[in-house]
Amino acid sequence: MDSLENRLKFSAKNKPLVSLVLCGEAGQGIQTVEGLLTRIFKLAGFNIFATKEYMSRVRGGSNSTQIIISSMKVSAPLHHIDILIPLDEFAIPHLKERINNNTIILGDKEKISPEREITDIPFTKVAQEIGNPIYANIIAVGIITAIFKIDPKIPLEYTRKRFFSKGEKIIQGNVKAIKKGYEIATDLVINKNISKLQIPGPNSKQNIKDEMIFNGAEAVSLGAISGGCNFVSAYPMSPSTGVLTFLSQQSNNFNIITEQAEDEISAINMVLGAWYSGARGMVTTSGGGLALMEEGISLSGMLELPAVIHLAQRPGPATGLPTRTEQGDLELALYSGHGEFPRVIFAPGGLQDLFYLTEHAFNIADKYQIPVFILTDEYLMDTYYNTQAFKLNKGKIKAYIYKTKKDYRRYRFNKNGLSKRGVPGWGKGFVLVDSDEHDEWGRITEDKDLRIKMVEKRLNKINYIKHDGIAPEFIGNENYKTLIISWGSTYHILKDALEYIDDDKVAYLYFRQVYPLPTGIEDYLKKAAKLIIVENNATSQFSKLLKLHTGIEIKHKILKYNGLPFFADELASRLDKITNEKEVVR
Amino acid sequence: MNNIFNLDEKNMDIAWCPGCGNFGIHKVLKTVLAELDILPENLVLVSGIGQAAKMPQYIRTNMFNGLHGRSIPVATAIKACNPELTVIAEGGDGDMYGEGGNHFIHAIRRNPNLTVIVHDNMVYGLTKGQASPTSQMGFKTPVQVTGVLLEPFNPLAVAIALDASFVARAFIGDEKQTSEILKEGIKHKGFALIDIFQPCVTFNKKNTYIWFKENTFYLKDHDYLNRLKAFEMAIQTEKFPLGIFYKHPQKKAFEENLEIYKTNKTPLVKRIYDRKKLENIINTKR
Repeated sequence: MDSLENRLKFSAKNKPLVSLVLCGEAGQGIQTVEGLLTRIFKLAGFNIFATKEYMSRVRGGSNSTQIIISSMKVSAPLHHIDILIPLDEFAIPHLKERINNNTIILGDKEKISPEREITDIPFTKVAQEIGNPIYANIIAVGIITAIFKIDPKIPLEYTRKRFFSKGEKIIQGNVKAIKKGYEIATDLVINKNISKLQIPGPNSKQNIKDEMIFNGAEAVSLGAISGGCNFVSAYPMSPSTGVLTFLSQQSNNFNIITEQAEDEISAINMVLGAWYSGARGMVTTSGGGLALMEEGISLSGMLELPAVIHLAQRPGPATGLPTRTEQGDLELALYSGHGEFPRVIFAPGGLQDLFYLTEHAFNIADKYQIPVFILTDEYLMDTYYNTQAFKLNKGKIKAYIYKTKKDYRRYRFNKNGLSKRGVPGWGKGFVLVDSDEHDEWGRITEDKDLRIKMVEKRLNKINYIKHDGIAPEFIGNENYKTLIISWGSTYHILKDALEYIDDDKVAYLYFRQVYPLPTGIEDYLKKAAKLIIVENNATSQFSKLLKLHTGIEIKHKILKYNGLPFFADELASRLDKITNEKEVVR
Repeated sequence: MNNIFNLDEKNMDIAWCPGCGNFGIHKVLKTVLAELDILPENLVLVSGIGQAAKMPQYIRTNMFNGLHGRSIPVATAIKACNPELTVIAEGGDGDMYGEGGNHFIHAIRRNPNLTVIVHDNMVYGLTKGQASPTSQMGFKTPVQVTGVLLEPFNPLAVAIALDASFVARAFIGDEKQTSEILKEGIKHKGFALIDIFQPCVTFNKKNTYIWFKENTFYLKDHDYLNRLKAFEMAIQTEKFPLGIFYKHPQKKAFEENLEIYKTNKTPLVKRIYDRKKLENIINTKR
């Protein structure tokens, strides 16, 4: 691990921002504070970013939420902490690596008995004076918004709206708590440490108020709805459950059948039944669940029935770290299912990608009659920030369904490799799909010549899919010396890290479609004197895939597999070390 | 005999052994479907893997021949997405009670309007003669060399314990009674289990046509609305009762309970979704 000094060198360089962290045990109301602060800051015209790390337990433990408040756009977590609000005595030890001499700690000294110096704020005592210890968190909200010189009207109005249903007594308590927070802050601002902080102001040019706040699970769900998803079957598994929950809650609005299956095997088979019947289905799961679905994914390949698979990765093997993040299941998605058949794998990098790629996944699955994966992870699911509203397609969804005629053959050989897909009960033909090798009608066969033709029919689809693929995004100067490569959730973290490094000889190639890989990527790789891959896993699965397709080995690998995402400042420091290393020429 | 469910192909290559009980079920099923005026275009036969699961290959209708043990989830979804279709899931005892046991249990709880036909021959056929979940104790096979040690799975007792909405058993040695039971099962609204005793002439030399005839009897004066009585009959295994054991006619089917069909019966495939609503949802995130 690199030194703290080195990391600090890159913290928030050029970006006016404050990294605020709340830490306490599950059930202490961190989420309420997070919800209030992010919305209030957005209303006040600030860019916000929030992500959390938490333990796999319902009560207790140490969980933390980071909120980054900035005048500029921020879409990546940071290692360093400017302001910490510890809610119990375990918070400071839990975050000790991320606390530095400049970190301002606002806490209840009596409650947390810290070993180091902190700014004592007797939250509980003050809250009790207002009437109830539950107001302690709201006092903290008041203090923070006051430090940023936000007009108290904004938090007062927002909390009133938010707690409207709780009755006048609670509303009045909250109002008092916010006001108390502002009073306390007046004294604090005189405090040396806080005056040292560079407090950003709101961004007046960007229309932040009109932007949206989504988390990853919501972005995937809305993308699915926009892609015409009307059937979801899943077995709850962190971190994929948010999508099942959101779509269940919207099921009546959008004619969606959502069913909690008895196991993941049932879930994927239900989804295939749904597509067969003319619906657009999706499963949402994590690695362990996908492992159970593998035979079903193979069935999708054989039947040439579409399937959309949202795979929210978490660290394995087995149960691993259930509430943490990792990009460890690329190879699982790539090779899942026995036998040989084509597939497409998307790896969204942020909220916009999550929406558009999920929407796109439904169309690609339908068009090519294949399984399509959306590879996300816990970090993406649990992260949110303000972003522009998703643009919705106008008009009807293009469904690739054919009204059958009397002589219909489900697997008819066609020049373009795709047979028209009928659904039962629509048209005069019969729709026969068969897990056994089959003839053009869909009936079982062991004819060797037919077997060869069917294998080739299925596999040839990949050539059409390649032409329909999404090219990698190149960021940087054409005359780069170093090329950084990454995929999926590291996208925004890398973009922020590159801003910190600010080196025009360093470029970045980001893959949002990781399979099939487009042709021509060799040209990007060959041009670089130095190649660096960044992956949130231990074995650099994507560089193996790139080597398989280009023959090029990527020497420098920046990997992280402790269950946390990369932090932009940490990544900048690790990248800086490699980019400045002299390459030994042999 | 002319039947709209007959395939046109001459010399259809059927993979069953001569004398197999599957032939009787094949014949009875087609007859019953025609008698019920079901249109082949509006029927889907869903099956898993096994000799019994090849049934849809030999009937003129829509077919989803999926994975071993997984016909029930597939059938549930097909019916949920298009309740206008008649959906039948069919397979053997290994397929439905072994590999698919978990789906069997939870589908009963879910109560989709499906007919589940299980060819029960107390042995594995396609994998050549190993024990099945319903094999009798002591039954010797190349794998269970000293005889089956496990208590046989009792599908009827399990189904009644879970308050399945229709539970019956037939024996294909009696085609007339089997067709009556099958007809009731297909007409029934909700999950209908029909376990059909069907001798395997190749791998089960013990549970033969004669054995089934001697070891079964028809339920007489049985009140199939009485769940306790039905359970009592289901756990009789010295001689196996045949007939309709249990019905729960008031139970609502899974699809009927789905919110999306409460005010609008149109199948999913024929619906158009409202982008305006999506815009509204997105706007609440402002």
